[in-house]
Amino acid sequence: MVPSGRAFRGSSAVLIVIACLAWSTSLSHAQGASQKPASTTSEAGLAAWQQVYSVLTHPRCINCHTATNHPEQGDDRHRHLFNVVRGPEGKGVPGLNCATCHQSANADSTGVPGAHNWHLAPLSMKWQDTSDNILSSKALCQSLTDRSKNGSLDGPAILHHHQQEPLVLWAFQPGRRRDGTARSLPPLTHEEFVSATKTWIDAGTPCPQNP
Amino acid sequence: MSATPMSATPMLSSESGLSRRSFLRVSATAAGGLIVALYFDFPVHAQATQPKTYPPDAFVHIQRDGKIVIQVNRLEFGQGVQTSLPMILADEMDADWAHVVAELAPAGDVYKDPVFGIQMVGGSGSIAHSFEQYRELGAKVRAMLVAAAAQQWKVPGAQCRTEASVVYGPDGRSARYGELADDAAHLPVPENVPLKKASEFKLIGKDTRRLDSRPKCDGSMKFGLDLDLPGMKVAVVAHPPIFGGTPKSIDDKAARAVPGVMDVFEIPTISRGTAVVVVADKFWTAKQARDRLSIDWDFSRVEPPDTEQLRAKYKELAATPGNVAVSRGDLGVLDGVSAANRFEAEYEFPYLAHTPMEPLNTTIRFDGDHAEVWAGSQFQTIDQMAIAQTLGLKPEQVTFHTEMAGGGFGRRATPDSHVQREAAAVAKRCKGIPVKLIWTREDDVQGGYYRPMFAHRIEIGIGADGMPLAWRHVIVGQSLVAGTPFASMLIKNGVDETAVEGAVDNPYEIPNFTVTAHHPTPNVPVLWWRSVGHTHTAFVMETLIDELASRAKTDPIAYRRKLLKRDQTRLRGVLDLMDEKSASWRNHLAEGHAAGVACHESFGTNVACAVDVSIENHRPKIHRVTVALDCGIAVNPLTIESQFQAGTSFGVSQLMAKGAITFKNGYAQQNNFDGYTPPYISDAPVAVEVHIVPSTEKPSGCGEPPVPVISPAVVNALFRLTGKRYRTLPMLSL
Amino acid sequence: MQTYKLTVNGQTREVSVDPGTPLLWVLREDLKMTGTKYGCGISACGACTVHLAGVATRSCVVPVSLVGDRPIVTIEGIGEDRVGRAVQDAWVSEDVVQCGYCQSGQIMSAVALLKSRQKPSDEDIEESMGGNICRCGTYVRIRKAIKTAAQQLA
Repeated sequence: MVPSGRAFRGSSAVLIVIACLAWSTSLSHAQGASQKPASTTSEAGLAAWQQVYSVLTHPRCINCHTATNHPEQGDDRHRHLFNVVRGPEGKGVPGLNCATCHQSANADSTGVPGAHNWHLAPLSMKWQDTSDNILSSKALCQSLTDRSKNGSLDGPAILHHHQQEPLVLWAFQPGRRRDGTARSLPPLTHEEFVSATKTWIDAGTPCPQNP
Repeated sequence: MSATPMSATPMLSSESGLSRRSFLRVSATAAGGLIVALYFDFPVHAQATQPKTYPPDAFVHIQRDGKIVIQVNRLEFGQGVQTSLPMILADEMDADWAHVVAELAPAGDVYKDPVFGIQMVGGSGSIAHSFEQYRELGAKVRAMLVAAAAQQWKVPGAQCRTEASVVYGPDGRSARYGELADDAAHLPVPENVPLKKASEFKLIGKDTRRLDSRPKCDGSMKFGLDLDLPGMKVAVVAHPPIFGGTPKSIDDKAARAVPGVMDVFEIPTISRGTAVVVVADKFWTAKQARDRLSIDWDFSRVEPPDTEQLRAKYKELAATPGNVAVSRGDLGVLDGVSAANRFEAEYEFPYLAHTPMEPLNTTIRFDGDHAEVWAGSQFQTIDQMAIAQTLGLKPEQVTFHTEMAGGGFGRRATPDSHVQREAAAVAKRCKGIPVKLIWTREDDVQGGYYRPMFAHRIEIGIGADGMPLAWRHVIVGQSLVAGTPFASMLIKNGVDETAVEGAVDNPYEIPNFTVTAHHPTPNVPVLWWRSVGHTHTAFVMETLIDELASRAKTDPIAYRRKLLKRDQTRLRGVLDLMDEKSASWRNHLAEGHAAGVACHESFGTNVACAVDVSIENHRPKIHRVTVALDCGIAVNPLTIESQFQAGTSFGVSQLMAKGAITFKNGYAQQNNFDGYTPPYISDAPVAVEVHIVPSTEKPSGCGEPPVPVISPAVVNALFRLTGKRYRTLPMLSL
Repeated sequence: MQTYKLTVNGQTREVSVDPGTPLLWVLREDLKMTGTKYGCGISACGACTVHLAGVATRSCVVPVSLVGDRPIVTIEGIGEDRVGRAVQDAWVSEDVVQCGYCQSGQIMSAVALLKSRQKPSDEDIEESMGGNICRCGTYVRIRKAIKTAAQQLA
């Protein structure tokens, strides 16, 4: 865990309350950062977004949000070994699917991570460019909140995704590597991540002005 | 298919010794039928065999039901001898191919290579050395069957003919081989029998599908690793991570606590160090336990290899002359060549692991006064002797079964029999219990016995005609045979012939020419790797010739034709055939594609190839390869085609981005296929067309000769795309 | 130790093993089905490929505890399947194998490909077979045999 995560933890309880109160008003705000809900300041929302961004761009998350024909692996985000490719549905190709190795749970005895329905995010949800450079905070935010790209998710749906999607949950319990060491974790706990997401959504999913 | 010590020069007895010193032994078996064995009594160079005793082994067994079981005196590990050698014998015997069954012979003097004097596969010698042997065997068996029929029918044998396992008499009578076998077994073995004319061959030269395909496609083929014996245990070894290390202390509590673990103990390794063995009920148990061993290693007495240091050292050595391997003309000429017509080139080649698909393994059961061994070995009789030595037995007290092997490429031909010695040390401790020793893939990748690292430095002076006038060549790399029983045969004037083969005997007319060699001795065990010295010498020669052709602004094929020595008729022949067969596509290359060519002779087989290459994802994409080859009589063209189609893929190993074993502070930095990656399907040539020069010359091998030509041809094509010469392997990025 | 009921090639088999044991070693050592091969243990070479509920799966990295009730088909059983038999036959008729050690896995991957692509393109073959290593390098004939099998099945 990085210090920023711990620092954030102190204010999260307050933010959750605010987020709940603001819930009903934030539904339509996924389109952009211009609209300001009453209950959360844009400043707090942007700060929360940076926290969310720090998780989304962590290798546990971004390795499967590539812009290329293949996923990435490891903290160095190297191209997935063994010629694994995206395939038509983001699940590889027949004979070499994600499920060829990745099962419904982490396989700690062999070091292969797993979770229900292991797959790549669709290209529309890419958070990298084709040279594997991570999108800027602004660009990723805009992409994430663009319902034409994000699978038509509105704010609550994004939150729900962050709360319950098995692959998101996996990122916070990523299991052990082949050598027995633990995979590195995103900079926030899952609770902190969900809380930050709520704050950000509550603030109307503001995106930074600058990259 | 793989490498041998004997590749550099023709040596040992000539094959003419075969008729003089060999004899047939015949015996009837309890089960009935004829068994014929051809025994040899050669002076053995690599291995003493006194006192010489012959086990009751055989080459041919004709059963009463007509089934013909032929013993193959070689390991089968992909190269196809389990089909090709029986084809040769069956052809002379006029056997019905549909009834031929091939078996891998156990270790035995009778099965030694007629030329090399040990039982082995290597140097692409299986067909080359056993062609006459198997023909003669087949002809003699046929003669005995004919004699048996003639005796029964009271007709002259000369009036009988044979076809498809049947003897036909002059009056239309016939008898199947299976019916004649018992009688034939009691007849004397004829001394001299006529062999068929090439025009009479029925099987030799005919595309023949492998006999071992079906069981390799339905899971029923048993490889060495698949062996299962009652009560068998599995051993996994923790080797010192730096060669020669020894444990200072071992904490094996956690390892012993793994359910199923039987024993944990130390054994010596051949590279002077000490390893720790776990013996358990199953592989997974043993591996889990090994991973739980906590070993404090002592490396104080070993030199830790380091690739960067070695590179610097080799570069330095390459700048000074070594021991002379060949020298002709006057190198002083080089100094007289103007700077504009001189150039230097430095090449670097990394350590390469063989990584056969079936990890190394050996199973031994030691009963005190006898041992039984199951191993896929390229060196059966050498391994048998090493095991005997370790167990305090005589070789004849060690029964050695040759198991089907999943590749080898030289890795199962170890002069020091290090895996077998480990297995024997374990078996000794586990007396009475069969133990299968398994090297994991990690053990294999990190365990040494690599193709050595090499550096070459060449200075070339070009004549007014654009042809090389003077050539000074220094080769730096470990000797494969120093310190082994092969040293006296292969090291001459301080030069290991396996390090310079392909350069010293290159086919080009270079009037002033020297090759010298240095053999440093870093602490890394090395071994022949499919095509041995040719892996690097052909790369250097064929890329430099290409560079010379470019400088002379001459077509690379035309340049080679002009530069080839006059007596290189067979190499010229394959170059012409390759040119003819590839001209149409070479002249119509797609945008972004380029052609590259190379030609090289190794192990008696001449090969030329052209490749169609583009660059995809920063790597060479090999769209097409046209190969022409001359291997003398092509015994099984279908297998030869397969060897060349696949062997060129194997050769691409050298060009893989992760095609190197490197060391840092003594530790190998790769440990499995993720770090040391052989070609996948997308790295290999998409299409390989193989053209065989028709020939009636003696056959030569086809296991190794496909390997040397491909990588120089590819980088020669890359030069045309990028303008760069690639002299350091592996090529990290284009 | 834990007891698992596995359905292998249509038969129910019971094994008592450590839950972390890879399916590969359960097949090879407990069930004595050695057609499925150990090549790397890290899903890098594909020699261990079996079908788990129809999905080509690297059995060397799947702990037996994660198999569940999914049926397992191995190289020993794939010949019962129409596509499986066609692929095996094509492998023999095209004389694909050399050492043969990787071919169980190659065949299992090829069958998975042909079950979802009746007429695979060169690119399909390269992608679907992309994770299977043949150290001998028999790839040219593998490509050809897949096409031959596809024709046979058409």
